[in-house]
Amino acid sequence: MTARIGVVTFPGTLDDRDTQRAVRLAGAEAVPLWHRDKDVLGVDAVVLPGGFSYGDYLRAGAISRFSPVMATVIEQAHAGMPVLGICNGFQVLCEAHLLPGAMLRNTGLHFVCRDQKLRVETAGTAWTAEYEAGQEISIPLKNIDGRYTADERTLDELEAEGRVAFRYATAGAAADGYGNPNGSLRDIAGISNAAGNVVGLMPHPEHAVEPLTGTGRTDGLAFFTSVIKKLVSA
Amino acid sequence: MARVVVDVMLKPEILDPQGQAVQRALPRLGFEGISDVRQGKRFELEVEGPVDEAALARIREMAETFLANTVIEDFDVKVES
Repeated sequence: MTARIGVVTFPGTLDDRDTQRAVRLAGAEAVPLWHRDKDVLGVDAVVLPGGFSYGDYLRAGAISRFSPVMATVIEQAHAGMPVLGICNGFQVLCEAHLLPGAMLRNTGLHFVCRDQKLRVETAGTAWTAEYEAGQEISIPLKNIDGRYTADERTLDELEAEGRVAFRYATAGAAADGYGNPNGSLRDIAGISNAAGNVVGLMPHPEHAVEPLTGTGRTDGLAFFTSVIKKLVSA
Repeated sequence: MARVVVDVMLKPEILDPQGQAVQRALPRLGFEGISDVRQGKRFELEVEGPVDEAALARIREMAETFLANTVIEDFDVKVES
């Protein structure tokens, strides 16, 4: 069977085409989903891609979170369907309370765009199974509202339950893509829900999936092969 | 028509780099004596019909679920006369 992975387009989404391409390169069928349709066309998983849905008005992700498609995504995520939120998609997942915490303006106030070194903290999610815990990867980062914030109790809970999926790797020079780029608490770049089917992160795996384009590395491809393997073996 | 104002502010413990940038610019512009600035949002709602307890309860619900993200923000609802 071929896995069918939905990619949602909101008004202002930028990375839906790259995400569809990444899904196809990983070996699945990419199914475009429209924000105004409640129907997710029977897909096996959903990716909320990056961009500036609704111009980031009010707060990043705050308006998209109430779109018709999200009602279905939230319902199916609770039922165990794998959902990945990248950048603005991560912000939407936090606003939808599928993931805890919130994203704030970068402490440096700059839009940061660079290849970012990350440490994969867990292979125990639907989207990271093909990585190894402790593995270092380099994928693009591009945002201005990327500072992950949650209260201390939530942060402790995330750590204790192994739900910090990615951290900004800090053991190297900034020029080589190391360091916390936005002031995220505990260097958190991405997290998962308790069941591990919902993952959100600020950097962009879909821009690092083939040697010819993007970073020239394919460090992001395993997000998509991880979920496909899980879906096909299910 | 009555106006209801909803003020939304980052919680006190949340770092506000935008407010800090404004505060740091003040001495350069000749405005002395401001030790801290925090930046928030103000929503002015024109309400149809009476602003009674039921209407205010709906507006508080709107503020809590949409206008503010209570993970990072506090809000305050006021009726303007």
